[in-house]
Amino acid sequence: MSKYYLNYLDELESEAIFILREVWAQFQNPVILFSGGKDSIVVTHLAKKAFHPAKIPFPLMHVDTGHNFPETIAFRDSLVKEFGAQLLVGSVQESIDQGRVAEERGKNATRNALQITTLLDAIETHKVDCAIGGGRRDEEKARAKERFFSHRDDFGQWDPKNQRPELWNILNGRHFEGEHFRAFPISNWTEMDVWNYIQRENIQIPSLYFAHEREVVWRSNSWIPVSEFLKLEEGEKIEKKKIRFRTLGDITITGGIESDADTVEKIAMEVSAMKQTERGNRSDDKRSETAMEDRKRQGYF
Amino acid sequence: MEISNNQLLRFTTAGSVDDGKSTLIGRLLYDSKAIFEDQLEAVSNTSKRKGHEGVDLALFTDGLRDEREQGITIDVAYRYFTTPKRKFIIADTPGHIQYTRNMVTGASTANAALILIDARHGVIEQTKRHAFIASLLQIPHVIVCVNKMDLVEYKEETFTKIISQFEEFSSKLLVKDIRFIPISALNGDNVVNRSENMDWYKGAPLLHVLENMHISSDLNKIDARFPVQTVIRPQRDGFIDYRGYAGRVASGILRPGDEVTVMPSGFTSKIKSIDTFNGAVDEAFAPMSVTVTLEDDIDVSRGDMIVKTNNKPESKQEFDAMICWLHNNPARPRTKYTLMHTSNEPKAMIKNVLYKIDINTYNREEEDKELKMNDIGRITIRTTRPIMLDEYRDNRITGSFVLIDDATHETVAAGMIL
Repeated sequence: MSKYYLNYLDELESEAIFILREVWAQFQNPVILFSGGKDSIVVTHLAKKAFHPAKIPFPLMHVDTGHNFPETIAFRDSLVKEFGAQLLVGSVQESIDQGRVAEERGKNATRNALQITTLLDAIETHKVDCAIGGGRRDEEKARAKERFFSHRDDFGQWDPKNQRPELWNILNGRHFEGEHFRAFPISNWTEMDVWNYIQRENIQIPSLYFAHEREVVWRSNSWIPVSEFLKLEEGEKIEKKKIRFRTLGDITITGGIESDADTVEKIAMEVSAMKQTERGNRSDDKRSETAMEDRKRQGYF
Repeated sequence: MEISNNQLLRFTTAGSVDDGKSTLIGRLLYDSKAIFEDQLEAVSNTSKRKGHEGVDLALFTDGLRDEREQGITIDVAYRYFTTPKRKFIIADTPGHIQYTRNMVTGASTANAALILIDARHGVIEQTKRHAFIASLLQIPHVIVCVNKMDLVEYKEETFTKIISQFEEFSSKLLVKDIRFIPISALNGDNVVNRSENMDWYKGAPLLHVLENMHISSDLNKIDARFPVQTVIRPQRDGFIDYRGYAGRVASGILRPGDEVTVMPSGFTSKIKSIDTFNGAVDEAFAPMSVTVTLEDDIDVSRGDMIVKTNNKPESKQEFDAMICWLHNNPARPRTKYTLMHTSNEPKAMIKNVLYKIDINTYNREEEDKELKMNDIGRITIRTTRPIMLDEYRDNRITGSFVLIDDATHETVAAGMIL
């Protein structure tokens, strides 16, 4: 066989670097949406590779629900320091205090949907014309329809039925003032690819991804971590379990799975044998069959 | 777990629900364990609610609310699965609605096209459309799956008759590598496992073909073309004078020491180094993303192309192209569009529409020349600046472009340079 071919991880990396460079070339004020989760960490790592030996040219933007894992915030701050990057924070708590949004009520109230307003406000305040995200097409059925360069109108809305066709490697980021784009450099990666890449590149990730002892409550088929925001419901009891998280989000809605995987290698093994999708433990996606599409239309990540 | 040297293969599937396309994709995903329990459960629940018998595999590929409600696929959906031999990306394109626009999009990056034919009906109009687009977009490999063999009693005659029907019309097309496989997606015959019902078929099952097909030669390794995306100037300690040209190799192979010309300026120099984050490399080939530095301090910026001095693309301001119109607003002759070609974005004007092609009959239409949504035709185009181009059949990257309407910023057409 010819030696002139790339293995699939190199090809995915090369594609992502190409997209990040296109973002830099086509937009005035792009940012990386940084949640502290593995996907946005991988995107940040790819940005470091894309512009080497220059520094990452994008600020990191974090939409802070106020319901964080302390580990995620500590990780975020150390990474920002290490890369010498600029950090922009949009705070859901501030949006609430300013009366831009109101807390949800009821049994399953979360701040998940409130993030949309905070995110769009932050995009407007900082005059962001392209927000780079770690979204992947394998994550969720609405995301399977995403473009690399995904247009948002001046209300931040996504119109999935009227997307620009993307052909070959030509990306059209043209837009009117007030509109913006979301760019997804790792669209074609699967959860498995992300883990294989983290392992290959030896990328540091928050400790929450590794199996650890934690106080948790069994709710909606997953282990919800105990935090100051958790209100125990009738019949629920706090237990200590060895768990890890497959995705990281708001601490009130991110469920863990029981696991002994305490190294990246073991996690990759575990993921390859998984029978549930990674978002299966995210109650934000379970509200309805098209929960993700509905939020995305409004401007969600 | 060891990270393998497996390759990535992108393929497109074309066909309508009636051909069993979704069933085939569902089976590939299911048999390669790319479908998870919660997805299966969600789809089973929806199937039940809609009163379908069994699991409607089409629901795996239809993601949007409107698609699920109307039972149609609106847009290209991407699916992923991995076997021990390869990683696969499926661009699943709808068979009916806006088929041309979506098929062209899915086909533009594909190594292979799967064309489905219902064994009971043989070659139909839709088959011809699919084959035409595969040929127009120069998909290197075409696999014709004759599906629903179970409904024709697995008869070899039916299969061979369909092959000759297909070959009769496809002789007019330019498809380099074409194979035929008799399958039953529903029962799994010749999809992942060899069928026990068709002893007469001596070839490999579909997945085996996809896993073993030679794709290393799909990309052009002859003509070195390096479109510059952006210039990297770190301006920090240790790299004060560093000036690197970042891009993705479109084709060919570049090595340090190569005599190169920067187009369109025509300045010549030598490649000093090819850099990556992991260090300098001895050579770079498509589709690697690298940063090139040159021996001489010359003016290079986005939109320029670095090529080998002894093998240059043509620099042209007027050329012919096959074009597929992608937008509801028809083409307006003599109107200015922005043309995106690699990292170059000159203004352009459609000077002349020579003819349209009826993709069902392959006939040329020279009377009605208005290019509307989903139309394909040959045009002469003129740009305000020269672009560095190759013919599409030699180079899918430097031979392709899109047109953007300056009034809406929308992508309105895809072009293949002749």
